Amino acid sequence: MSVAAPLVADARTQQRAAPVWRRLSRSMPLKAKIGGAIFGLFILIAIIGPALAPYDPSATTGQTQALAPNVHHLLGTTSTGQDVLSQLLVGLRSTVVLGLMTGVIATVLAVLVGVTAGFLGGVADEGLSLVANVFLVLPALPLLIVVLGYLRTGSLLPVAIVLSVLGWAWGARVIRAQTLTLRNRDYVLAARETGERTWRIIAFEILPNEVSLIAASFVSTVLYAVLTSVALAFIGLASFSGWSLGTMLYWATGQEAVQLGAWWWYVPPGLSVALLGMSLVLLNFGLDEIGNPRLRDGGRRKIKGARWRASDPTPVIRGLL
Amino acid sequence: MPFLVRRLGFYVVAAWAAVTVNFFIPRAMPGNAVDTMMAKFPNLQAQARRALQAEFGVGHQGSLLHQYWVYLGNLVHLNLGTSVSLYPDKVTSVLASTVPWTLALVGTATIISFALGTLLGILAAWRRGGWLDQSLPAFTFLQATPYFFLALVVIQFFAVDLHAFPISGGYSLGLQPGWNWSFIGSAIDHALLPALTIIATSMAGWMLQMRNVTITTIGEDYVLAAQAKGLSSRRVIFTYAARNAILPNIAGFALAIGFVVAGALVMEIVFSYPGVGFTLYNAVQANDYPLTQGIFLVISFAVLFACMIADLVYVLADPRTRTRQAY
Amino acid sequence: MSTPEQTAVGTAPVTEEAAATALPVLEIRDFSISFATESGNVKAVRNVDLSLAPGEIVGLAGESGSGKSTLALGACRLLRPPAVITGGSVVYRGRRVAPGGVEILELTPHELRALRWREIAIVFQSAMNALNPVLRVEAQLGDVIDAHLDLRREEKRERLDSLLDMVGIPRARLRSYPHELSGGMRQRIMIAMALATNPEVVIMDEPTTALDVVVQREILAEVAELQKELKFAVLFITHDLSLLLEIADRIAMLYGGQMVETGTAEQIHHGTAHPYTRGLLNSFPSVRGPRRQLAGIPGSPPDPRDMPPGCPFGPRCRFARPECSTVDMQLLPAEVDEPQHLTACPFVKVGETEPAPAAATASHGEVL
Repeated sequence: MSVAAPLVADARTQQRAAPVWRRLSRSMPLKAKIGGAIFGLFILIAIIGPALAPYDPSATTGQTQALAPNVHHLLGTTSTGQDVLSQLLVGLRSTVVLGLMTGVIATVLAVLVGVTAGFLGGVADEGLSLVANVFLVLPALPLLIVVLGYLRTGSLLPVAIVLSVLGWAWGARVIRAQTLTLRNRDYVLAARETGERTWRIIAFEILPNEVSLIAASFVSTVLYAVLTSVALAFIGLASFSGWSLGTMLYWATGQEAVQLGAWWWYVPPGLSVALLGMSLVLLNFGLDEIGNPRLRDGGRRKIKGARWRASDPTPVIRGLL
Repeated sequence: MPFLVRRLGFYVVAAWAAVTVNFFIPRAMPGNAVDTMMAKFPNLQAQARRALQAEFGVGHQGSLLHQYWVYLGNLVHLNLGTSVSLYPDKVTSVLASTVPWTLALVGTATIISFALGTLLGILAAWRRGGWLDQSLPAFTFLQATPYFFLALVVIQFFAVDLHAFPISGGYSLGLQPGWNWSFIGSAIDHALLPALTIIATSMAGWMLQMRNVTITTIGEDYVLAAQAKGLSSRRVIFTYAARNAILPNIAGFALAIGFVVAGALVMEIVFSYPGVGFTLYNAVQANDYPLTQGIFLVISFAVLFACMIADLVYVLADPRTRTRQAY
Repeated sequence: MSTPEQTAVGTAPVTEEAAATALPVLEIRDFSISFATESGNVKAVRNVDLSLAPGEIVGLAGESGSGKSTLALGACRLLRPPAVITGGSVVYRGRRVAPGGVEILELTPHELRALRWREIAIVFQSAMNALNPVLRVEAQLGDVIDAHLDLRREEKRERLDSLLDMVGIPRARLRSYPHELSGGMRQRIMIAMALATNPEVVIMDEPTTALDVVVQREILAEVAELQKELKFAVLFITHDLSLLLEIADRIAMLYGGQMVETGTAEQIHHGTAHPYTRGLLNSFPSVRGPRRQLAGIPGSPPDPRDMPPGCPFGPRCRFARPECSTVDMQLLPAEVDEPQHLTACPFVKVGETEPAPAAATASHGEVL
């Protein structure tokens, strides 16, 4: 009796695509989720923070001493009576905004230069790479100290531009390297053979495969911008018309908060910067893990309670179903 | 070889770029060194202005190109001018007295954090799930913490509260710099806190980098082959895995030097440590162009030099570069 | 799981010298490997029996994902977490180890390290990836000698030279780095490396797949010669069944992590029993001989996470019947008087004709 071979429908192709959100959240590693959540929180505060501030951050009272946290001032006051919490809420916004602005500008620059250099190759690549490498090697902070030392402006955009100009090079280099690899992939070569227009190839074949790289570059740049701007403000090279986390630290040290033991003055802004930075670093790691699955589940090396290292021989656990 | 030649060419261009940027800094900025000087010493005659202009290399002496040429000429003769804020010290002598401090602090701290971080990274990758891996979030936090914030906390804790270490400065006041034990001892005492802060924050970065690359490398076939060969764990970890994994780290070291320098500069300012960064800061505040330019130049060249060394080490470490064109 | 009688008979050595030792040098019994993933345990290898007689060449054939490499690496305990060995035994009975053999699954890491390479060596598939890019050839050949043999410097030097001579590579190449060698040279170095400590078993995992056909032939010929001379047993893993028909003494067919047929090359070629083997043999044309329609095997390999019950080949088998989903996959004799020829399919006899394809469109002649 001959039996018709059952038509095996490929189970994989039959699966209806789960909604994008569900798919992303399932495949996203834990680090990215945590980092993203914390960063999202900061963005939220950046948006609504100033509205929540109970006092005007610059408003001083007559007092001459910094007050510890109390019912009226949840994070205490500075030595001139300004409310630390309000300063924090307002300051966070400008720091986050500056970071995001720099991130956007620098990443756009990096993508433009990186993809162009990687895709075109030849003289264009040599020239652009040279420019990028020079920018990379020029020490950023000293130059920033010098430039911003003389260029004290009130608005964030010029600072963002200066930061971007000095910070795009790293991302460009990484994106260029990836574009070079992708350019020789079969599907790109095929597209070129069939005469697809260059901009279409870049937009539809190359860029989609570099999304996680571009995202990682963006996150790194935001981190760099936040840390650098806080550092610059801390040493006094920033605009003092508004409030930012860096300026808070500047005033705190200027007024000897450390010696006075007024921890509530400098710990909240410093901790905020650290948390903000950490969320970005975690996000970056998460993005790394998406692109490189080997890095995943760092702790998941416990089988039946026993820890197993790469150098150990394959464990023998009989009866494991 | 083609690799090294290209890199050398690149450094020449980068050096030229640094020099040229340096040239334009004071000319693009508001303020005038001579005016500052004149204001400082109100008894100076008007004729002194011309002399000062010549000395500081500012003012309109011929076309921009001519000034540039004179500037380059001065550089070649190591004539960096005279400091305004520390008049009449020559810039070169100021540099000579401040660079060693920074070198000692930053140099040692960087080497220690690179070595320590790399080693810990290898260990973390090898023992996945071990305590090192578990403390990853802590390291992430450390890496993200701004240097100076940690410095503040550290100062608060160790210097102010515990009085274990000095709060600031390079050495105790009243001591004369010299090669005697009390001075060196005091110098080390003062350098410990800044150094520890630098090491704590930057080590985390190296460690995380190295861990990630090592994990990827461990998955490579040649590490599996090394295990199959029955080689000792030590040989597998170091000669097969780490030896290959460290290559991107070395390449990254060259790029990261900029950040290292940045962190160190801010650190010096926080601790009032008499190094290059602190001096630069003061120079900028005082509109001291010659000194600012001089310091910026020194920093740029130092970074370029460190990058060159890193490149050399990379070529020695990776035999594939001897035939390849780039990283 | 095989019964003891089948064990003793099924591994009767083919080579003359090995007639003296009736016991296999490597004996894998009822071996199972699982992967402990986040979505549950995935069985990659199930209850596999495989043995190697001294000096014998055994081919392990199967398609990608069938578990061949997993089986071989697992037997040496080289698989990394989340792989777990869940059952069975792997006994090695080389001349240098204690009489009665050693149970590899119970060795300490230290003992395992001593055993590896010295007794069981592996030639990996892609030599470019399996050679350390930053070490010279002499260092890579040398460190395994240092790890297992206690040679003086001159002896070691001699050995290195003779190893390269053995595979036909100029001695000057000892100072080269892997990236400076051609693909064929690298593979030869891998083979030299495997033989450096005179192992009794050499596992070759698709050693020539990455090479072009001409080099493939050369290297295989060299391996055959070396094998005749040094008399090591070979476990040759490949998806290329036609190759095995030429060089192997015995062949084992793996599908979906389970053993479906074993026998001598002759038996497999002319008296094919299992439907899977038949399908494979029908999938490639012979250079000589009449033209015939390629049948291939419709469908695709099973996903280890979603294995059908009973015989894993069921969904793609032309002879499939309802009882296939409850068969217990024991290896039983396929034909009378041929004790070495075993098959897991109790329904199809040797020589049984193929049923006509159910629908002309069902098979697209998919060649694996």
